[in-house]
Amino acid sequence: MSAQVDTSGGKTPLARLQTWWSNPWGRPRFLVFFTWLYVLWSLVPVAIAVLFGFNAGRSRSTWQGFSLRWYYQDPDLSVLHDPSLRDALLQSLKLAGLTMLIATPLGVALAIGLARWSGWGSRPANFLMLFPLVTPEIVMGVSLFLVFVYLFGFVQLGTQAQLLGHVTFTISYVVIIVRGRLFAVGREYEEAAMDLGASQWQAIKMVLLPMLAPAIWASLMIAFAISIDDFVITAFLMGDQSSVTIPVKLYSAARAAPSPALNALASILLFASMLAITIAILVMGRSRREEGAQGSAVEDFARLDL
Amino acid sequence: MAMGVSDPIFGDSLPVWNPLRWDPSTFVEVLDDLFTGQLGVVFLRTLAYVAAATVLSLLIGYPVAYYVARHAGRYRVLLLMLIIAPFWINYLMRMLAWVNLLTTDGYVNQILMFVGALDAPREWLVGKHETVILGLVYGYVPFLILPLFAALDRIDQRVIEAARDLGASPAQAFLRVTLPLSSQGVLAGCVIIMLPMFGDYYTATLLSGSPKTNMIAKLIEQNINASAGGSTGAALTIVLMVFVGLLMTYYLYSVARATREARS
Repeated sequence: MSAQVDTSGGKTPLARLQTWWSNPWGRPRFLVFFTWLYVLWSLVPVAIAVLFGFNAGRSRSTWQGFSLRWYYQDPDLSVLHDPSLRDALLQSLKLAGLTMLIATPLGVALAIGLARWSGWGSRPANFLMLFPLVTPEIVMGVSLFLVFVYLFGFVQLGTQAQLLGHVTFTISYVVIIVRGRLFAVGREYEEAAMDLGASQWQAIKMVLLPMLAPAIWASLMIAFAISIDDFVITAFLMGDQSSVTIPVKLYSAARAAPSPALNALASILLFASMLAITIAILVMGRSRREEGAQGSAVEDFARLDL
Repeated sequence: MAMGVSDPIFGDSLPVWNPLRWDPSTFVEVLDDLFTGQLGVVFLRTLAYVAAATVLSLLIGYPVAYYVARHAGRYRVLLLMLIIAPFWINYLMRMLAWVNLLTTDGYVNQILMFVGALDAPREWLVGKHETVILGLVYGYVPFLILPLFAALDRIDQRVIEAARDLGASPAQAFLRVTLPLSSQGVLAGCVIIMLPMFGDYYTATLLSGSPKTNMIAKLIEQNINASAGGSTGAALTIVLMVFVGLLMTYYLYSVARATREARS
C-alpha cells in the first residue's frame, strides 16, 4: 500500500487511478473483495444450517433461541432418541472406523510396493492407481453393485458390501499420500540400514515405517473422513434400512421429512470430519517442522491432488 | 474388479460371459432412445447444466485462485484453509443448507423481498433450472479452485515482471503470459469438476425433485434400483462411461505427465 501512496502524491485523481492500476506490486482491490465474498458465500449457508441444528423451535428459517433439543433433549425427535437418526450415526461411525483400519495398512503396503518396484508393469500399475479418483462415483457404485449382486453373490448388500466398496476407493487416497512421502524420503535410509546388516524386512520395519509415520497417521484420518463423507457408493451398496448412513439419511429426508434434527445430524458429521482433517493437518505440520521445512502443512494439503 | 463397468448385464439381467452370445437388444434400445427419444433430451440437458456450471465455476474460481496464489500475502494460509474447508463438509449437507435457505419462507426469499427484488416468495425448489445450476456451482467450485491455485502458484513472478518491463500493460501481461501459463490448470480443473457433475443425480433431486431437471445419472439410479431395470441401468452406465472416458483419459494423462516432470 505504501508504495502506492508515495508514487501518486500530488497527481490528478485520474493519474492516481492509472498509477494504482498499472502498479504491478499494488494490491488488486477488486480481487480482495471478490475472494472474501466467495469465502463468505461458500461457508455462510453451511454455518446457517449448523446454527439451525441448535434452534429451539421446529422451524429451519426462523430463529427461536438456542437449545440442544435436537441433539439429545427431545425425547422422540432428537438425534439421540430417534432410532433412524441414531442408527445412521452409528452405521456411519462403524463403517468409517473399519474402513480406516483396513484401507490404511493395505494402502501403505501397496504404496511401498509401487514406489520400490521399478520392473515391467510398474508404470501402468501406478497409472491405474489413479482410476478410482477420477471415475464418477456413480459408475463405481453401479459397477460394485452389479459385481456384488451377480458375480460375488456371497457378499451381502449392506455393511459387508459397503465396507468392501469403501476400502476399494479409499486405498487410492492412502497410496497417494504415502507415496508422496516415500518419494520425499528416498531409498537411501533403507539401503544404509541394509548395509549395516538389517534384512529387507527389518529395514522396512525399523527404518522406513517410523519415517512414514506422519503420512500413515494422516492417511488414517483422511480415510476416515472420506469414508464417512461418501454418499453414492454407500447408497448403491445399501441393503435394508439398517445400513443407512448419515449422508444417505440426509438425501432421503432433506425434502421428505425436514427437521432441525436433520441439521443436527449433519452437523455431527461435519464436526467428525473436521476433527479428522484437523488432526491430519496437525500431524503433517509437526513432521514438517521437525524437518525444518518451509511453508505450511495447509499448502501441502492444497497441493495434494485429492 | 472395481472397474467391472463392462459387466455385460444384458437381456434379463443375467450376466452372459461369452462375448459372442451377448444380446445387444437393451443396448440398442438405449442408444436408440439416446438419439431419438426422451433420453436424448435428458442427455442434452445434462450437457447444458454441466457446461453452464463449469463456465460459472471458472468465472468464480479463477479470480479467487489468482488472488490467493499471487496476492494474498499474510492471509494466504487462512484463505487456503477456508477454501479447503468445503472439501470436508459433506456434499449433501451443503445442499441441505441451500434447501433450508431456499424454502418458501427461507432467508433467500426474505432478503429478496426485503430489498424489493421480489413481490411474493418464489418457489425455488420446484423444477427451477437456475437452482440446479446454482447447486452444481456451489458444490463443485472448490474442486476447481485447488488445481487452478496450484497452476498459478507455480508461475514464476519474474516472468510477469519481465513482460511488464518489456512494455506489456497489466492486461496484456495477464492475457499473454499468466493465462497461457495457467491453461494446464484451467483444463485440469474443468475436467476435475465435469467428471463428478456427469455422475451427479443428488443435486437435482434435492434442489428441485422434478423430472424436468433430471440428469442422466438420475436415470441410472432409478433403473438400477428398479427390480427389472438392471440391464438398462448397466447399459446407461456404459454410455456414460464411454462419454466421460475421454475426459478421464485426458486428465490421467496430464497427471502422469506432471508426476514425471516433478520426479525428474
